[in-house]
Amino acid sequence: MLTAILAIAALAVLFGLMLGYSAIRFHVEGDPIADQIDSLLPQTQCGQCGHPGCRPYAEAVARGDDDINKCAPGGEATILAMADLLGREPVALDAEEKLPAVAFIDPERCIGCTLCLQNCPVDAIVGAAKQLHGILSKECTGCELCLPPCPVNCISMVPVTEEISGWRWPFPSTPLKETAKSQPERAAA
Amino acid sequence: MAVAHSLIANRRLWTFHGGIHIPDEKSLSNGAPIAPIALPSRLVVPLQQHIGAPARVIVAVGERVLKGQMIAEPTGLVSAPVHAPSSGTLVAIESHPIPHPSGLMAPCAIIETDGEDAWAELPPPMTDYPQLDPELIRERIRWAGVVGMGGASFPTSVKLSPGTDRHIHTLIINGAECEPYISCDDRLMRERSGHIFEGVRIMHHLLGVKQVLIGIEDNKPEAIEEMRLALAETDMHTYTEIVPIPTLYPSGGEKQLIRILTGKEVPTKGIPAQVGIVCQNVGTAAAVADAVLEGRPLVSRVVTVTGRAIANPRNLEVPIGTPASDLIAHCGGYRETPRKLVCGGPMMGFALRDADTPITKATNCVLALTPEESPAPGPALACIRCGRCAQACPANLLPQQMYWHARAKDLDRVQDYNLFDCIECGCCAQVCPSHIPLVQYYRYAKTEIWSREQEKRKSEQARARHAAKQARLERQEQERQAKLRKQKEALAAKAKAQAKPETAAKQQASAASPTETANDS
Repeated sequence: MLTAILAIAALAVLFGLMLGYSAIRFHVEGDPIADQIDSLLPQTQCGQCGHPGCRPYAEAVARGDDDINKCAPGGEATILAMADLLGREPVALDAEEKLPAVAFIDPERCIGCTLCLQNCPVDAIVGAAKQLHGILSKECTGCELCLPPCPVNCISMVPVTEEISGWRWPFPSTPLKETAKSQPERAAA
Repeated sequence: MAVAHSLIANRRLWTFHGGIHIPDEKSLSNGAPIAPIALPSRLVVPLQQHIGAPARVIVAVGERVLKGQMIAEPTGLVSAPVHAPSSGTLVAIESHPIPHPSGLMAPCAIIETDGEDAWAELPPPMTDYPQLDPELIRERIRWAGVVGMGGASFPTSVKLSPGTDRHIHTLIINGAECEPYISCDDRLMRERSGHIFEGVRIMHHLLGVKQVLIGIEDNKPEAIEEMRLALAETDMHTYTEIVPIPTLYPSGGEKQLIRILTGKEVPTKGIPAQVGIVCQNVGTAAAVADAVLEGRPLVSRVVTVTGRAIANPRNLEVPIGTPASDLIAHCGGYRETPRKLVCGGPMMGFALRDADTPITKATNCVLALTPEESPAPGPALACIRCGRCAQACPANLLPQQMYWHARAKDLDRVQDYNLFDCIECGCCAQVCPSHIPLVQYYRYAKTEIWSREQEKRKSEQARARHAAKQARLERQEQERQAKLRKQKEALAAKAKAQAKPETAAKQQASAASPTETANDS
């Protein structure tokens, strides 16, 4: 009896030490799940999810503090990707899906107050005090964070014109005969 | 060479997997010789007519341009210039529909022609090219804006400089022209065989290959005969061979033709140069001859205008930038209202939404199909897993598996089935008893993957910029804090310094007040 207790205790101590050692030896800095979620997000840093950027939202989802359906710019594709990664059920988007757009500054009205460029998360606005500001439309993520601080409302969102390089063939429209039969199957897919 | 000679008698041909027999419909348009077209009053020249970096405009709006004058220069290694197809005034550079399945607009140079068709000063002919540095010849081909004219429009000069690490032993000239209806290469081989051989000779010289194989489908006996006669007149028969190949769609696909002629498989995601082969179209060979021997850039091409909706189907020599509607008008207009207008062949072409779309370097055919020729596809039924698509696939793929995954939008799985080896030939959709538009699914999946990759790159960039901004703000904050601290310290030190004499004085005053007072007094 005593031998058994001692043997189990010895094993427990041994494994405890091994686990303790490997916890220190193989310690991972940061949260790898959050990293993976972050890589799925569109990085607009728009804050529409209620977090101050994509990384904080990714961390909140990784901790389980927030749902996966808060990213409006990412839309359905991002939700599906996150559901796939985390093994959760896809849920409907908790926001309105918008067409991609970039900010545009009306040069007639801009007074050069620099408020917008302080708010741009990706430094896509160039300008200096009392100078006309301009937007680098290639860098603009369309987050709309520059709209509220503008005192003269001179910034508007312009839809991105579709270019041939980014054009996609449409998904073949499902012909009539098939829809009735394979509805449940497609829903599952 | 002797060995090569003996092979010529009966060359062994290989077969590729799958392929289908379809009515070739070439007799509609291949009877009449290539005819020139009246110069249009307005040319719409797209600034990107090749794969690679777009060309940069080098002339100003309002300027007079001459035929063959470069109006846009290449901007990278894989790029091609654009030349004015006729003389006139450059009236605008604006967005205009171009031949593309999206029907979207792209920047085009609009030239109002003056009817003179006056040539710009051209570089001297390089008739002595065997003595010249091959780099000079390649530079000339690049200058002339020659791109692959079989449809892919990849810059030819790049394909002709395979690098020193790759040993190229065979040059294949593609005269298969396997798509139904199209006959521009057929007419070109019948009428300009000498010219094609000049181009082949130049490419042979540049690549230093041992043999040249010219593959022509056996439904073009006149072209085979003419090319054989022309070859016999040259000294090239020691290394060149005309190889008639069985008519089977898509034998004109680059990888399929290589397989038929040499038995070699181009590796997945690879290029023919990896197996020591370079493949060029007959039209490209003629354009190379123009560029090197006459110093003429690529400003026109032969286009087949055909289909039963066209009154007089035929082949036309067309300046780049001519609207498709001009070609149709030149062929007598429509006999009946077409169901659709197609750019390219019926299998791999795409619908033209606008008849004003210009002809580009890659346009080989304008096809107007009657409702009888191309009936509306029946409604798609469920896949019954008959496997006919897999039997027909010339790229050895599993079309039904790709279809399942593309339909489920599972873009990772569809790539596991080598989606990007699909050449979109349409054989699978043609044989499908359920009329499933298979190729549309693959095209959707391909472009969706590309576009997601593009978005991914964009979001990576945004992340990097955001991180840089955060780092900058943090640094600024630290600097500010450090400055504040320094100021505080400086203030404290100052206060201390001021306080010190006082306290010292006080201490002294309190400790040694008698002496102090004595001193003070």
